[in-house]
Amino acid sequence: MASHGIKDQVAIIGVGCTPFAEHWDKSLDDLIIDAAHATYASAGVAQTDVDAFWFGTSQSAASGLAMAGPLKIQGKPVTRVENYCATGSEAMRQAAYAVASGAYDVVMAVGAEKVKDGGYQGLNAFPIPTDGTQRTLTAAGMFSLILPAYSSKYGVDEDQLRYVVARIAEKNHFNGARNPLAQFRRETSAEKICQMAAVAGKLSVFDCAGVADGAAGVILCRAEDAHRYCDNPLYIKALSMVAGTGAGSLDPDYDYTTLDECRWAADDAYAQAGVADPRSEIAVAEVHDCFTPTELLLMEDLGFSERGRAWQDELDGAFALDGRLPVNTDGGLKSFGHPVGASGLRMLYEVWLQLRGEAPDDRSIPVTGRTLGLTHNLGGYPGEMVSFVGIYGTEPG
Amino acid sequence: MRGIIASGAYIPHRRLDRREITEMFGKGGGAGTRSVASFDEDTTTIGVDAARNALGGTPGIAPDSLWFATARPAYLDKTNATAIHAALRLAPSVGALDMGGAIRSGIGTLRTALGGVGTTLVVAADMRDGLPTSSDEAAGGDAAAAMLVGDDTTAPVIAEHLGSGVATDEMLERWRIPGGSRSRTWEERFGEVAYAPLMKQAFAAALDDADITPESVDHMIVTGLHGRAVKRNTRGLGIPGEKMVDDLTSKVGNTGTAHPALLLSSVLDTAMPNETIALMMLADGVEAIVLRVTDAIVDHRPAAPVDEQVAAGAPVGYGKFLSWRGMTEVEPPNRPAPNRPSAAFAHRRNDWKFGFVASRDRSSGMIHMPPARVSQKGGAVDDMEPVSMADTPGTVVSFTIDKLVHSPSPPVVFAVVDFDGGGRAPLELTDVDPGDVSIGMRVMPTFRRMFTSDEIHNYFWKVRPLRSTEPGSGS
Repeated sequence: MASHGIKDQVAIIGVGCTPFAEHWDKSLDDLIIDAAHATYASAGVAQTDVDAFWFGTSQSAASGLAMAGPLKIQGKPVTRVENYCATGSEAMRQAAYAVASGAYDVVMAVGAEKVKDGGYQGLNAFPIPTDGTQRTLTAAGMFSLILPAYSSKYGVDEDQLRYVVARIAEKNHFNGARNPLAQFRRETSAEKICQMAAVAGKLSVFDCAGVADGAAGVILCRAEDAHRYCDNPLYIKALSMVAGTGAGSLDPDYDYTTLDECRWAADDAYAQAGVADPRSEIAVAEVHDCFTPTELLLMEDLGFSERGRAWQDELDGAFALDGRLPVNTDGGLKSFGHPVGASGLRMLYEVWLQLRGEAPDDRSIPVTGRTLGLTHNLGGYPGEMVSFVGIYGTEPG
Repeated sequence: MRGIIASGAYIPHRRLDRREITEMFGKGGGAGTRSVASFDEDTTTIGVDAARNALGGTPGIAPDSLWFATARPAYLDKTNATAIHAALRLAPSVGALDMGGAIRSGIGTLRTALGGVGTTLVVAADMRDGLPTSSDEAAGGDAAAAMLVGDDTTAPVIAEHLGSGVATDEMLERWRIPGGSRSRTWEERFGEVAYAPLMKQAFAAALDDADITPESVDHMIVTGLHGRAVKRNTRGLGIPGEKMVDDLTSKVGNTGTAHPALLLSSVLDTAMPNETIALMMLADGVEAIVLRVTDAIVDHRPAAPVDEQVAAGAPVGYGKFLSWRGMTEVEPPNRPAPNRPSAAFAHRRNDWKFGFVASRDRSSGMIHMPPARVSQKGGAVDDMEPVSMADTPGTVVSFTIDKLVHSPSPPVVFAVVDFDGGGRAPLELTDVDPGDVSIGMRVMPTFRRMFTSDEIHNYFWKVRPLRSTEPGSGS
């Protein structure tokens, strides 16, 4: 038994993404329709050309009806997918496997979230009956536990580390400012962020992902059929998903300086794709920067930095637009916004633009000859999360 | 011989300086402090703490019954003693009864247990207050006390029950309608005069029952919420002033239903063999109990002596006190209120929710909090044994202050705690000021009320800083 992957069996032939924003004037249906039709246009297919659909939403709706209804999809399978904040990637993963299995020729995944109808700032978990003993901390509170742990493990001064993660937000705002679809399009400085009031641990609201409504989509087909639809498709090199056991909240060995599920998913994905050295092979990475400390740890867990060195690499600008491995070139969750079910597909949208040389000039990555892009999407908390890593390339084989 | 086998008390961590009341309103308040239960405490949770302190000194001795007395029950209709029973992990065969409603029920329950049969854990708890600037607000206090009562055939008795006396009288001296936020009293002189003959009558009956004279009383405890009646009428009993027990009102306040047992507990902490204690309370008549300390007192090791608890504690501001008591409503974080817990779900997990019982994997030894069926280490299935964590200290390995999450009293101080001997749980840290939390801080589990939703009190465990006087506090 092994994780074989589906390298080069499935191609991406079209993507679509709505602006991520507080869409007071758009419903979930509107967002689904906008994203789906943008995706059809990108792929040059009609809705009737698509054989099966996967719809990812964390808590805006239930069942495939939520997509079939507004799009008036007739007589086709539509499956609703949920896997916390990795929902969008999970929808795409299911769709890709359906093509690889031979069950369908052309499939679509759409992820969407309507968070601004809830009446509260931030994201709020759907209430499931419990015994009342569960932790009630916010996600910001949970991820804020990373900083003191990292500081003490690697001997990085707490104020210094706080500045480092503010630099991550600064970088992502810089990129988002150059993205017309992003929620926050204003640059900010790490110094300003450090001066803001803390809301959870040392984190300020500017260390948190933007909370936005939005939707994104992707259309996939068999790799050998790709050129029927598209001159320069992307090929799926790896899709990996790991669900943790919740070890972090019960195992004293867990120290809040690594996200095991992300590391395992990355290792599996690199094996599937045949990537030996991500630092020299990945051209662009879109990662799940739900909070600034998350991106810090991800640089190590994804193998972009040596263990305990990501903070220094961040200061050196290694992951900036012109750095050695540009990360979150579209602004990331931080600046692009985080409509939960859509975020994983939004990442893929950016990889599509960057690898095909279609990103706007002011935020296109340096030409390196590398042909691979990576998306990383997680859901949950340090020590108890689901994690997805996908790798895509411009060349088959 | 029948009497008290063990005693324990619990005084909440917070203290309100009564001068803050005067400063705020220009009246009310006074000198000294009063004890204040935290926002996450109620009479049930402080009752648990007192009971744990009482039972902590007598390992292996379990009561046949648990009787819980309070004038401020967390629930009506539903028994509150069953929550204490669950938190103490008593067997289903151990009865649990509420003796609630009246202030008199505290001493009355103790007297009834002393005169009864079997081993009974008597728990009395109260939280006293009134409208801002009232004398009840300033003079009141919050505390709980517990007495394990039984025969010396079960365990050594530290104070023998010599006798009791009762003088019952229907009178409208102090009253409150269920759910009311304040007590009302008749004019002071009425009670002062009415109690005088009742005190004499009950005291004489108790001395007669005990077959002793007033001169042989070494520690005289007289309490009651009618301070003037207590003070004035005690003089007529002929007990010298040096034998009067400090009533703790200057630092703790009068804790109503809990006060007789609290003061008795304080005396037992330091009493010597053969000393005689008389305990009397004025409440709708008078109840009196006479006890004689036995030689077994020398082995009595209170888990948390009253004087140490009185000396401990930290201030709480008057504004916070008012909001904790529901006297003023403060703006909560703009987040959804927590969902009510599921009764069915909670019932399946009573051991964890109320008893803080984890599971230990027999093959790997790993402790799972909450209890699990499948081991995190090695994956063994259904090979776990229960392990109680309630008395196990732990260490904070990381923490955060969450200002966004909904809480009855934001911000939430939250810690990842590794328990001595294994086991990790992310838990709320309570009885602490956010600035005082640090990695490495030593903590102890404490039974608390997390929040109330849909009139359901959600009880579970938090951790509080381990006091320097407690075992396991380390360096």
